[in-house]
Amino acid sequence: MSDDVQRLALRRPALEARARIRSALRRWFDDQGFLEVETPARVRAPGQEVHLDAIPSGDRWLITSPEYAMKRLVGAGYQRIVSMGKCWRAEERGPHHEPEFTMIEWYRAHAPLAGIADDCEALVRLAIEAAGAGQGTVLFGNGPFARVTVRDLWRDFAGVPLDGDESAPALADKARDAGVALGTATAWDDIFFQVWLDKIEPRLPALGPVFVFDWPAPLGALARRHPADPRLVERFELYAGGLELANAFGELTDAAEQRSRFQAETEARRSRGKAIYPVDEALLAALPAMPTTAGVALGFDRLVMLALGAPEIRAVLAFASDEI
Amino acid sequence: MAYDTSDIRKGLKFMMDGSPYTVIEFQFVKPGKGAAFTRTKMKNLLTGAVLERNFRSGERLEEANVEIKTMQYLYREADSFVFMDTTSYDQVSIPEGTIGDSKDFMPENINVEVLFFENRAVGVTLPNFIEQKITETEPGFRGDTSTNTTKPAKISTGASVQVPLFINAGDVVKIDTRTGEYLERVGRA
Repeated sequence: MSDDVQRLALRRPALEARARIRSALRRWFDDQGFLEVETPARVRAPGQEVHLDAIPSGDRWLITSPEYAMKRLVGAGYQRIVSMGKCWRAEERGPHHEPEFTMIEWYRAHAPLAGIADDCEALVRLAIEAAGAGQGTVLFGNGPFARVTVRDLWRDFAGVPLDGDESAPALADKARDAGVALGTATAWDDIFFQVWLDKIEPRLPALGPVFVFDWPAPLGALARRHPADPRLVERFELYAGGLELANAFGELTDAAEQRSRFQAETEARRSRGKAIYPVDEALLAALPAMPTTAGVALGFDRLVMLALGAPEIRAVLAFASDEI
Repeated sequence: MAYDTSDIRKGLKFMMDGSPYTVIEFQFVKPGKGAAFTRTKMKNLLTGAVLERNFRSGERLEEANVEIKTMQYLYREADSFVFMDTTSYDQVSIPEGTIGDSKDFMPENINVEVLFFENRAVGVTLPNFIEQKITETEPGFRGDTSTNTTKPAKISTGASVQVPLFINAGDVVKIDTRTGEYLERVGRA
């Protein structure tokens, strides 16, 4: 029996659990009144984020997420939509990363961000149940998942206060106070993540499944500003079982602010010698038509990893990128 | 010469904060919306201390002027140990302090790995296992397995190893140099 055949045979329990989880999620979205949509894999204007690199496909790029197309649908009046499909991110390969992966992304018009967090919690429990052996309550207990803020974590785990509007050098001083070596990091986000990886992320698993809310504006991407504090944006990340599972926004619908964020990201990409993408004008045109909306991108492969206790992403795939 | 984070692999030797390190483990990590990092576990080649650092993708690491040579331990002098390079026949004398506890399981003529940092010998690594004749031990009691199932035994280096009671002086035993533990008898007196 070849190694490949043997490997595929051994994957069976994981692949069957994966399919059960997918069906359970589909049923849930259907019951909740969501319309499942499919958006193009190849686009002219992929995501602008500084640290996401799209894989070229002819004269277009593969999507890093279906966000822009889905927001255009929300702007056209589709109030509850979900997409379950492949996304691609260049050079991302590690225990939790594959360049080709499956994302579940959904949007609720007229809903607060907290409502999306409730969705995520329900889906995590559903996935664990569908995987079999009822591990949900054993892993997480019956109570709701914890909800904390980024500032809470900086204060408690790094021992320094985070404002969100401090200059990069000021943030670097805080990092040094926290005892974090910065190497050659000078950009605000690089300093933030050096502290995050050194001091905060390793301690998250001890909190159990946790929603981390209220991210600083420099890391705001497409999230709207916090009404109470413009140094923060309405964004959460869900961490569970040592995995970063989901990223959610109270969506920014101000086209002018979104355009200026895109411009800043383009400049940041240019200064790092990265590929420059065209701005998605159709997205910017759709933003004003969007009602107050919350949306989320959840890594389906990681959800399956969590449900099965798998240590590596390749364990829940029929074929990892180097196995095909 | 400088390395890029994409060069990081097990055993890579580089400089950090003035000391040479070797990579023990590494992993790609990427916090959402953040840059890619290589989470690296590394060992200080001079002190043995292990620590973890997250290197941002694209950071440069300075190569360490470190060399590992296989050398044969010849003999002991007053307060140093003499080794010979098995290919060039060059001899080097390493102070007792640098050898440290390794001397306990370093019999004459054994091949070891000598670590040179900036052309100075800074440490030796023994082979994981050695086979040594027991030079001295009390006679054991056959069949006694209730209490005191081991007894001390000496090897040529003067070090003492706990061995089963059936081992006699002249027997050859296999020892794990990392733990100093008896593994099995490989030859009888």
